Amino acid sequence: MTQKTRDDQTLKWVGTRPIRPDGVEKVTGRARYGADFARPDMLWAKVLRSPHAHARIRSIDVREALALDGVKAIVTGDDLPEIASEQAFVGEEPTDYRMMSQNVLARGKVGYVGHAIAAVAATTSAVAEEALGLIEVDYEILPHVLDAVSAIAPDAPLVHDDLCDRKGEKKAPSNIANEVEMGHGDPEAAFASADFVIDRSFTTQAVHQGYIEPHACLAEAGPDGQVTIWCSSQGQFMIRGYTAKLLGLDLAQVRVVPAEIGGGFGGKTTVYLEPLAVALSQRSGRPVKMVMSREEVFRATGPASASRIRVKIGATRAGNFVAGEAWLDYEAGAFPGSSVAAGSMTIFAPYAFEHARSHGRDILVNKPKSAAYRAPGAPMAAFAVESVVDDLARQLEIDPIDLRLQNAAQEGVQSSFGPRYKRIGFVETLEAAQAHPHYDAPLKANQGRGVAAGMWFNAGLQSSAAVMVNADGSISVISGNPDIGGSRASLAMMAAEEFGIAYEKVGVRIGDTASVGYNDVTGGSRVTLATGKMVVEASRQVIAQLCERAAKVWDVDVERVQWADGKATVPDDDTIKPLGLAEIATGAGRTGGPIQASASGSVRGVGMSFAVHLCDVEVDPETGKVDVIRYTAFQDAGRAIHPSYVEGQIQGGAVQGIGWALNEAYVFDESGRLENPGFLDYRMPVASDLPMIDAVIIEVANPDHPYGVRGVGEAPIVPPIPAVANAVRAATGVRFSDLPLSPPRVLDALDPAS
Amino acid sequence: MARVFLPRSLAPYTGGVLEVELPGETIRALIAGLEAAYPGLAEKLSGQLAVAIDGDIVADPYLEVVGATSEVHFLPPVGGG
Repeated sequence: MTQKTRDDQTLKWVGTRPIRPDGVEKVTGRARYGADFARPDMLWAKVLRSPHAHARIRSIDVREALALDGVKAIVTGDDLPEIASEQAFVGEEPTDYRMMSQNVLARGKVGYVGHAIAAVAATTSAVAEEALGLIEVDYEILPHVLDAVSAIAPDAPLVHDDLCDRKGEKKAPSNIANEVEMGHGDPEAAFASADFVIDRSFTTQAVHQGYIEPHACLAEAGPDGQVTIWCSSQGQFMIRGYTAKLLGLDLAQVRVVPAEIGGGFGGKTTVYLEPLAVALSQRSGRPVKMVMSREEVFRATGPASASRIRVKIGATRAGNFVAGEAWLDYEAGAFPGSSVAAGSMTIFAPYAFEHARSHGRDILVNKPKSAAYRAPGAPMAAFAVESVVDDLARQLEIDPIDLRLQNAAQEGVQSSFGPRYKRIGFVETLEAAQAHPHYDAPLKANQGRGVAAGMWFNAGLQSSAAVMVNADGSISVISGNPDIGGSRASLAMMAAEEFGIAYEKVGVRIGDTASVGYNDVTGGSRVTLATGKMVVEASRQVIAQLCERAAKVWDVDVERVQWADGKATVPDDDTIKPLGLAEIATGAGRTGGPIQASASGSVRGVGMSFAVHLCDVEVDPETGKVDVIRYTAFQDAGRAIHPSYVEGQIQGGAVQGIGWALNEAYVFDESGRLENPGFLDYRMPVASDLPMIDAVIIEVANPDHPYGVRGVGEAPIVPPIPAVANAVRAATGVRFSDLPLSPPRVLDALDPAS
Repeated sequence: MARVFLPRSLAPYTGGVLEVELPGETIRALIAGLEAAYPGLAEKLSGQLAVAIDGDIVADPYLEVVGATSEVHFLPPVGGG
């Protein structure tokens, strides 16, 4: 769809910082999240989870649990329909509906500690919990694998006995669920012409997205077969689609009402509870509510993959990159679908390589099925490649930003993943970082500065929006995407800009699945970009209608009517008094009825985002503790519709990446049981740990968006890990290749005798 | 003629050819052309859910229009978190 791009000079709202429409509700505690919904006669449900990492289920006996007073329904894997294998696209984690169903409720085997086996609905939460203890499961315990290296050993236990389809061909069953390979040129030959070649390997651990709100839902299945689900997620249409698919329901039977969302970051782009709650409601005839505990969130939902990555880059003495090759193994968990393809695509993406190749493998292990996490797959890849680029800069004695500028991808360059870049702002972002006072600020003893870059594609996908004129001249916008990062505000601002009215005159509501056209998930940094495009399109349709109505009132040709500053005018006749929105809306009954429009589309014209981060750290040589003492993040946002929320996205991504670099990691014992399933032992950064994250917005407009938007939510989590690691390298002289850079690991490296 | 770039993983099915020029005004037509040249390739491409047309990545692209001199790359799907 072609939409005219607005000229900067005419903008009144885009680029300003009004208060977000949902702000008051959220800061006063009135906003309703997933666990805040209730229905009369509601049951509570709990899930029985596997204590074993890998076991065959010989039998499940629920008779005693069903007999417990207050228990109203129980479901096991036998109660869900067997569904055919069919590819599903979940965040950045392609999977299969059949396996999604098996992850929601185990069939025949359990694949990780925490895997759901049965769900019980009862009159109280306590009764449901008690009933779980009465369910008898007979397991045949199987040997398990907990890491990618063990999983690909020739004699490794198979997580799935029959998984043999990869790279489009049948092979012997193995734990390699998929392989990808991409690139161009002949890196192997080209390395021979390089003056320097650096070849290093890196590992990262599984990490949690860190959303504060646990998964929660309420489901009600009526006697007529109609189902309503209230839940917090990154997409009400995603919940509807997956739940209907897993339960064999028609989409029209299911309505999903979106709650506010207390964080998702990719972790809420699939289903865990909703199909269970619906199935229990169907059996009990009563509404069923489910709320995960924090421990369940850690044990049974998807983290970002652990990874092992080898990167090899060759460069000339002058600093030109000759060739790059990378091998990436990502842990998928117990079902296929890690983010290794995206990692393989992004690993060399910031640079112009004549010869580049990446090889990715999706590897099954007996851990929870991985899930998307903000720029899925890219942060670990950036850790590897940006560490090597930093080492090259050192070896070549070239300023690290100069080296990146010398090799930076720009418009027309063939990317390492295939297509040529359209207009991108990587060079401008590097130049802004180099020119910033932070880059030359003095450092003290035990301090070091790191720089790192990263990219993310951003996504268009499918979006819809509806725009309605109210009788008083205000505008209602309905979006079908949960508001995670301030999209109500950005959509309202674009609508206000189109109509030429005050921002406060636009109300944005997040519609349920029955009140607005289909929308793909709130993910891929796509809502302001893609749903924003639909809001603009619908607004322009409404404005055309407003002009037609005004022409009717004036009895003039509609071609003579123009829309400006919230009014219809006839520029060639100053005797005709302009008609405002309210005047046209009030008289709509006389001119044709209500004025509204909706727009839907598969959105193209996505602008890729590049980010460059500067990080200063101080390393305590006695404890190994790393403190981030200054951090500045630069990012090409295309155009920042609401700069505060763009800055918030940049700050949030940076902090999550810093946590990933310094402390965060899932720690499993030898049996496959997670040892730190809570925020006490899973150490995320808190405000007191970090300095202010300075966010610097670069605006290289996306020429294919009416307001130049690129999408901003994911790129900022890509550079932080290597920015921190490179800073620690500068401070200590030690190149760390394994995450996290926790005090014991740093201390060990600084003083092995310790 | 559009220039079509295939994923490296499909090299065994094309005799190592990863770049071909094909007539066709849509992705559907290009896939038909690939199938004619390399029988069975269309099914292999079905796992590639996205294409880049002149640098613009498109999900579910079967009916997307392709220009006479377009560059088309088949890619893994790209979404996000």
